[in-house]
Amino acid sequence: MDTTLRISSARTGSSFVASIEKISGQKLLACYQCGKCSAGCPMAAHMDVLPNQIIRMAQLGMQKQLLAARSIWMCVSCLTCNSRCPKDIKIAEVIEALRRTALRAGQRDDHLKIMELTPEARSVLPPIAMISAMRKLTS
Amino acid sequence: MGSENKPMKLAYYPGCTLKNQATNFDVSTVSSMAKLDVEVEELDRWNCCGTVHALDSDNVMNRVAPITNMIRVKEANASEFMTGCAMCYNTLKRANIDVKARADALETINDFLSLEKTKYEGDVEVLHLLEYLRDRVGFDNLAKKVTKPLKGLRVACYYGCLLLRPKEVAFDDTENPTIMENLIRALGATPVDFSHKTECCGAHQTVDKPEVIADRTDKIMGSAHEEQADLVVVSCPLCAFNLDFRQDDAKRLNPDFHNMPVLYFTQLMALAFGCDESALRFDLQHIDPLPVLKARGLN
Repeated sequence: MDTTLRISSARTGSSFVASIEKISGQKLLACYQCGKCSAGCPMAAHMDVLPNQIIRMAQLGMQKQLLAARSIWMCVSCLTCNSRCPKDIKIAEVIEALRRTALRAGQRDDHLKIMELTPEARSVLPPIAMISAMRKLTS
Repeated sequence: MGSENKPMKLAYYPGCTLKNQATNFDVSTVSSMAKLDVEVEELDRWNCCGTVHALDSDNVMNRVAPITNMIRVKEANASEFMTGCAMCYNTLKRANIDVKARADALETINDFLSLEKTKYEGDVEVLHLLEYLRDRVGFDNLAKKVTKPLKGLRVACYYGCLLLRPKEVAFDDTENPTIMENLIRALGATPVDFSHKTECCGAHQTVDKPEVIADRTDKIMGSAHEEQADLVVVSCPLCAFNLDFRQDDAKRLNPDFHNMPVLYFTQLMALAFGCDESALRFDLQHIDPLPVLKARGLN
């Protein structure tokens, strides 16, 4: 019999996990799901996937579901999660890595349509709001 | 503090919004600092701070804007500078910490800025106005300059995110800060503790999701109202916009919402120091503070 058996630790999505860990500078497996990040998140009410669930899904390499989540565009990097995490994981950095991954991809998946704002809305908004939104939500 | 006849000089970075919608923050800062014998000198050719600190660990490009400002500080023959805007403070301070720890990133930035005559070598310090007032002026000394104590005025100090997080940039306790309350007390007013003082206002979601900000504003201002505050003070023009200008949206969301003025802490300083009306610019507030100030006999 001429059969070769290969044993490897490679699994679906592992390159995505490595990329998120690299961009965020975080070790995803440190998370033990205490949920403190989601408990304190001011945007949790507007999220489809909670911050602790984002970390779990990132550990599992669920790229498609994460990049399609509304949550990654709702996070405003207030860093409440980071400052309360008992394992010192920077959850906001992981979410930023997910946003960057979506924005760096070829289709330029922008989540802010400036031209769709009314001229009145645009004229009242301070530069600090416009620039930070563009920095966070556009490629 | 400088002596009576020789004011101390301090390099000053106002930031973009203080030259637009938040002129009231800018003029009240400059005027009240003059009363403290500190002459703030606006930096020449300052540029946008970068607005938000990019959180991706390999990012170098987004540090160029803040680091260019460090070069302007050196060109002004200063080794430190002050800003009142919480967002500018956070972004400038974090970029500074980052390039001090990453020599390769700093080298790349200096290479990119090779047309600049001055090189940045991590030799500038970023100060927030509140920490300058606490550590250099001292709240006891500051209290001596008060000519019109804000007696009876109940003030809720809202910190938001950027003065406290991450821990590396915080100049006070991240969960229970008191620096602004101590300042308010020095001005003769009564600080009011409230549950949402370190909760995020929703930041840039205000651009295309005002309904999200309406919810944040309702909760934050509502918690200040529960403690019978007369007004809320802030240090961030984005918080100020969300908590003040989005009160109409909050009222639509919750008919029981109570309108309450939102001021910069520097405006209360200018008021207590007896600065000219032109230093207050209350005309730029969305919710008029004059009724509550009059009710307390302060205007």
